[in-house]
Amino acid sequence: MESLKDKVAIVGMGCTPFGEFWDKDPVDLIVDASYEAFEDAGVEPKDIQAAWVGYTSADTAMTGIILASALQLQFIPVTRVENACGTGAETIRGAALGLASKAYDLVLAVGWDKLKDAGFGGIGQAFPGKWHPVYGAAPEIGGAVARYALAATRYFSTYGLSPDEGKRLLAQISVKSHYNGARNPKAWLRRQITVEDVLNAPLIAWPLGLLDCCGVNDGASAAILCRTEDARSFRPDGDYITIKGVGIACGPGWGKERTNYSFTTWEETEAAARQVYDMAGIKNPRKELSMAEVHDCFSIAELIAAESLGICEKGRAKEDIQSGAWEQGGEIPINISGGLKSFGHPAGASGGREVYEFYKQFQGKAEDSSRQLKDVRLGLAHNQGGHPGNFVCGITVVGEP
Amino acid sequence: MVGVVSYGAYIPIYRLSREAIGSMWVKEVGKGEKAVANADEDSLTMGVEAVLDCLNGADRRRVDALYFATASPPYVEKQSASIIRAAADLREDILTMDIGHSLRGAGCAMRAAMDAVRAGSAKQALVASAECRVPAPNSDFEANFGDGAAAFLIGDSDVAAVVEASYHVSSEFVDVWKKPEDTYMQTWEDRFIRDEGYLKILPQAVSALLKKQGMNPKEITKAAFYGPDARTHAAMARAMGLDAKTQVQSALFDSVGNTGTALAPMTLVSALEEAKAGDTLLYATYGDGADVFLLRVTEQIEKVRDRRGIKRHLASKLMLPSYGKYVELRDLMEWEQGRRPARRSSLPVIWREREHLFPLYGQKCRSCQNIQYPRQRVCIYCQAKDNFELVRLSDKQGKVFTFSMDQRAMEVVLPKVFTVVDLDGGGRFYSVMTDRDTSNIAVGMKVEMTFRRQLEGSGLHNYFWRVRPVRC
Repeated sequence: MESLKDKVAIVGMGCTPFGEFWDKDPVDLIVDASYEAFEDAGVEPKDIQAAWVGYTSADTAMTGIILASALQLQFIPVTRVENACGTGAETIRGAALGLASKAYDLVLAVGWDKLKDAGFGGIGQAFPGKWHPVYGAAPEIGGAVARYALAATRYFSTYGLSPDEGKRLLAQISVKSHYNGARNPKAWLRRQITVEDVLNAPLIAWPLGLLDCCGVNDGASAAILCRTEDARSFRPDGDYITIKGVGIACGPGWGKERTNYSFTTWEETEAAARQVYDMAGIKNPRKELSMAEVHDCFSIAELIAAESLGICEKGRAKEDIQSGAWEQGGEIPINISGGLKSFGHPAGASGGREVYEFYKQFQGKAEDSSRQLKDVRLGLAHNQGGHPGNFVCGITVVGEP
Repeated sequence: MVGVVSYGAYIPIYRLSREAIGSMWVKEVGKGEKAVANADEDSLTMGVEAVLDCLNGADRRRVDALYFATASPPYVEKQSASIIRAAADLREDILTMDIGHSLRGAGCAMRAAMDAVRAGSAKQALVASAECRVPAPNSDFEANFGDGAAAFLIGDSDVAAVVEASYHVSSEFVDVWKKPEDTYMQTWEDRFIRDEGYLKILPQAVSALLKKQGMNPKEITKAAFYGPDARTHAAMARAMGLDAKTQVQSALFDSVGNTGTALAPMTLVSALEEAKAGDTLLYATYGDGADVFLLRVTEQIEKVRDRRGIKRHLASKLMLPSYGKYVELRDLMEWEQGRRPARRSSLPVIWREREHLFPLYGQKCRSCQNIQYPRQRVCIYCQAKDNFELVRLSDKQGKVFTFSMDQRAMEVVLPKVFTVVDLDGGGRFYSVMTDRDTSNIAVGMKVEMTFRRQLEGSGLHNYFWRVRPVRC
């Protein structure tokens, strides 16, 4: 097995603002993100030899044709991928494999979702282990919150936090993400909040309240990739990044039904992290990573993800949160972009959006200089789809060439 | 000697005070409270509860017939007894039958079961009855009607109460009726119904049976019989020559309400709970005539004491905070249109999973001994393929491993409590917690299984097992 490390470069990226775009359709989102990437890389749509497109909502489009028709790509291979919230990572992985095989020289990876045409908040369906009319407490909207909330309850119980202490700890994660998001022009919810705001927000699924949850919305992200040896021909300035590792871990599911499932560790995240750390040669992620964009669909998701990624020891998130280790200027900034919490989560677009955050930070082009990190060398973008016990996790590690 | 081998009962956990009904309509509606089925309950699920209470400790494979009596079946076309049989994990090769259209159904079913045992077509037969009638808002029925269930196991060995004799009378008398297109029951002027119906038909049938047996009303230890309300019930007792203070088993109008088909059976369960060997019990159902039974209690009664029955279920309750919550549970209004995708079901899925859905069979891996639910081809612990044996999980208790409370779920009673349970004896079950007080839920709490209406989808009632805090 060969590592993909440094074989593939990202030479152009684009990302729409994320939000509730009542006046934009999927084509608008795809065109806006992709043309930003084309212009960034100095290429044209006709230069693209193959493309990967990822989105999760089956109601808004079908197949890879949506990408070809939006960009008027002319009869090239377009592969639609869907791995829930790991979809964005999956598009980049597909593109990287296409390049590493030398089947193509210049490819496009686009992730998008248009979830606000549905008529309700939240995601459409959150199925239990398998589609079933009555088992799994009935698949339905709101299920994602309630299922993650199972992990929050168990985390509190396992580590001896009272519900009040637990909620207060989780609140600090949302406060931190909103602080970051307030400074990011592309974020959706750009306002700072306080711990009291989080604690006083309406309950969605106890113990999680409204401000423990990210919203779903609309957005798209795009990346143009080539093999690293060709990167300078697109970016003579050398301002490109390379892929250090890609990992996807599909869990065997049935965690909620397995007596040895703890609810306090994301097993799929651990597995995908092992894949990328092996590929990238990372021994100590906390020390080596300059930043991590971590799937924070819910506050508890970020907390357990940080532990499962090995950024923090199991059960020790409390110390990191209280010491500010994950904040800007802390030991390892987590979700410096503002995270899903501030951006919202058009599921297919988030993975690429996280890589975009590293790309801009690496280039020193964070849109607001107050949030520009220093000495950015290695970053991790993490997403997991599904629900505790039943995840697919996608991780992309990128860095300086 | 045919008679009652075992008994069981069920009263839903929710109660609505008559004060709450009165304050809704700004009128006096009497004292006490009534039992109200949860939104995920109906006559069928309550029937399952009573049957399982009755079968406590019994060999389920010995049951050869199940009769289910109700005037409020969940389906007009589609048998309830067959689903009760499946949920109770009784054999498939038995007779199941619904008896409806009259509050007298439980008495008719008792007679049919006795005849089957006597004729030798059944060694043991179950007679279950349940009621969940929806009374018209602001009607006299509303304050009066309650929900509940009872079940008896009829057999000819280990009999706890021998049926010495029975008497049956059929009458074309019309008292309360409901046409298929009617939402609510109708009735005639109450004085006519009382004088010509309740005070004559049942008391006369009782007199006829006592006369046939050469008995005097004074010889009856306790009488358990139908009456529409406490006052008429007492008047009926007087018409039978019974002493209301000593000889009449309370029909629980103040605490449960009139449970229709299940009223006399539940009253008989109350009587059996207190009965001593040698007691003579009168049991009578009413509606379109009457069925009257004389039972003699045997020493065996002491062996069937460990039942939740009436007493324990009665003591275990949650008060509905307002009439509005009752309106919600019984779906008495047209609600705001949902913005979410409609729920659906699939009969082929339910059919192929029937062994796992109704009697809740999980599987135990023969390679690693781990119990798992739902059904798998490849073990989720050791990945061995197709090497399982079935294990019934519906009679297991367990401890809450974790839970969450969803305020926005598509569920009548919010929050919807998602619950992960570690089962005693192995296995983990992911379910919804019902009949719960949300201020008391905790990791480690003991729960048990209960058969409920999980959801309405694709035009079907979709039944499945939920968990609840161990009830009583």
